[in-house]
Amino acid sequence: MHTGIQSPQGVWWKPVRGGEKLWVGIAFAWCLVLFAMMPLWHLRGGQNPSGIRSKVDPQAFMARTQEFIRTYQVGTENGIPVVEPPPGSDIYLMGMMWSWQPVLRLRKGAQYTLHLSSFDVNHGFSLLPFNINFQVVPGYDYGLRITPTEAGDFRIVCNEFCGIGHHLMIGRVIVVDESEPAAAGASSGAAIGGGNL
Amino acid sequence: MSADFRTCPTTGLKVHAQADRLIKANAVVGVVALLIGGIAALLLLLTRWQVVHLLPADWFYRLLTVHGMNMLIFFILFFEMAILYFASAVLLNSRVAAPRLAWFSFWLMVAGALVVEWTMFTGRADVLFTSYVPLRATPWFYLGVILFAVGALLVVAIFFATLIVAKKERTYTGSIPLVTFGAATAAIIAVITLGHGAAIYIPTFLWSLGIGNVDAQIYRLVWWGLGHSSQQINVAAMVAVWYLLGALTVGSVVINEKISRIAFTLYVLFISMAAAHHLLVDPGLPPTWKVWNTSYAMYLAVLASMIHGFTVPAGIELGQRLRGYTKGLFEWLRRAPWGDPGFSALIFSIIIFGFVGGITGVTFGTEQINIIAHNTLRVPGHFHATVVAGTTLAFMGLTYYVIPLIFRKKVAFWPLARIQPYLFAAGMLIFSVAMTFAGTFGVPRRHYDISFAQAPFDFQFSPAVDLVMTAMAIGGLLAITGGAIYIAITVWSVFFGKPLEAEVKA
Ligand code: HEM
Ligand SMILES: [Cu+2]
Ligand SMILES: [Cu+2]
Repeated sequence: MHTGIQSPQGVWWKPVRGGEKLWVGIAFAWCLVLFAMMPLWHLRGGQNPSGIRSKVDPQAFMARTQEFIRTYQVGTENGIPVVEPPPGSDIYLMGMMWSWQPVLRLRKGAQYTLHLSSFDVNHGFSLLPFNINFQVVPGYDYGLRITPTEAGDFRIVCNEFCGIGHHLMIGRVIVVDESEPAAAGASSGAAIGGGNL
Repeated sequence: MSADFRTCPTTGLKVHAQADRLIKANAVVGVVALLIGGIAALLLLLTRWQVVHLLPADWFYRLLTVHGMNMLIFFILFFEMAILYFASAVLLNSRVAAPRLAWFSFWLMVAGALVVEWTMFTGRADVLFTSYVPLRATPWFYLGVILFAVGALLVVAIFFATLIVAKKERTYTGSIPLVTFGAATAAIIAVITLGHGAAIYIPTFLWSLGIGNVDAQIYRLVWWGLGHSSQQINVAAMVAVWYLLGALTVGSVVINEKISRIAFTLYVLFISMAAAHHLLVDPGLPPTWKVWNTSYAMYLAVLASMIHGFTVPAGIELGQRLRGYTKGLFEWLRRAPWGDPGFSALIFSIIIFGFVGGITGVTFGTEQINIIAHNTLRVPGHFHATVVAGTTLAFMGLTYYVIPLIFRKKVAFWPLARIQPYLFAAGMLIFSVAMTFAGTFGVPRRHYDISFAQAPFDFQFSPAVDLVMTAMAIGGLLAITGGAIYIAITVWSVFFGKPLEAEVKA
């Protein structure tokens, strides 16, 4: 018997005894269970971060977002355009120091492809009070298939440090019921974008 | 030659004078960094606690950078450099290979750290310790980090050289002790880590000078190759310190060298995959890559920690039984030296690291849970349980042995020292758990104002958040008190402490 600060003499590669062997076995089995859960949940879970990934030049993403805003704008709030895209369309949300553009008006139960990216630095997309979080990286378009399941008034808080105005960066998503009429002025142009899939 | 050594009256080890001095210098600088980071911690805590909301926004982010760099990089690494000298030269009765180079590396690290401190405190590097591009700091910041890292890499080289010297000069018989083996795995991981560091900081340094470009996603990928691997250095070093403290406090034995060493080796083998769990909700990486890497290929690094979590307490039990505490199932535990801060720190480090840090970490290393945890307070809640209540507390416990054994001073304020680990552990436990809960409500990390007072839209968190943030403040204040006591004891003992009797010169 020796301590961890003494040099073991002779051969120390010795068979493992009962209790320790059992523990290593249990621990390894547990690790395999955890490991199996990773792909299983990926296949069976309803909520995955995979998305549609593509590179995008920040300028190009800005242009797409502006085009998107022009097409579907229904108003303005605190200087930020409010858009109401038709169900099924590609929708764009751009983080920039220090705001989320635009405010989105979505329809409960409808499917959208949400494109997230940044015009400048890293930002953090955090949908509250749901608490759903994604990293927003400049140069990358994160396309997420989403279906709002609850009507209400939601916030997008930036949770990646993005400079001195980081804590001021908060956006808004409104989800309206299926029955509610479209906001005045909502145009019904065809979905744009999507060419980046 | 022999005049350069002294014989330690407690352990009988022959200690090289240069090893003595290098350990002292690195430990002292480490504690200074801990002090700077600790003051920042207090101010950050009192700002995140919205009732006080102490700092203005710019200083909040500035001191967040200061806290991250001083704690996670400077304090931890200087302390680990001291551990490397201890585990090589002291435990092997050897001289330090290349002492001049060792001092050069030490001063290089100090210089790098000072440059970084200067850039941070003058507001030239408000980029947090992750410095994600394209947030830009002054080139001096990246240069300071590079200098510091080169110094650390040289120390790692000296560590390996010392192992070779000891072997050649036959300063020990048999194999290297387990603690040295553990330190060696930490050193190997350090090489991998610093490789990633060079791969990312050199291009970023050039980019800050206007040369070339750095992709934001690639930066995150390679940076976390550095950022997470460095946490595995901390884990390996911490586990080595667990075995060390076990030996020093209760003479705990190594149950099976083979198992413990295999477990250390698993850390080395599966470490470079660790970057992945920071990138689970990033746009640039495919799910297969995320699943395979985040699970460290079958959770084999987690397996390593689970093994140590068994063998260290089992070794303590056996050590205690060999010392005669054999009655019943638990006499060994009841009669353990709970008043020895080295021992209590060891036990709390194991428990909080394993149960709070380990479990939170493994759970949000899954894709689905990461979606609800990423960049919320759950993340700092997790790592204050691992690297603070785990690694830092273990290092604190070790200090109570370094002061008499290396500094040859009596530990000052002994009654305070006895309770210090209890205060720090209890505080950190409350702090970490409260942060974790706050995170489950979506409270963001690294955030100056969750009342969103000046923001274009309002948002009100659940009222429960006020409660957990208050718990976080109370836990944090308790831990800071424990930390302050630790620093007071260390500084007083080292500079004004009563010297222990003169010892035998070898
Ligand atoms: C005395 C106890 C400590 C307290 C009360 C404390 C408190 C805090 C607080 C309030 C934050 C900010 C969380 C946020 O807003 O995101 C933080 C961040 C952090 N702390 Fe500590 N801390 C302590 C000790 C330590 C130690 C010893 C270490 C490392 C060894 C450490 C490493 C970090 C790191 C890496 C961050 C993240 C910085 C960032 O997000 O850029 N802390 N800590
Ligand atoms: Cu932002
Ligand atoms: Cu931000």
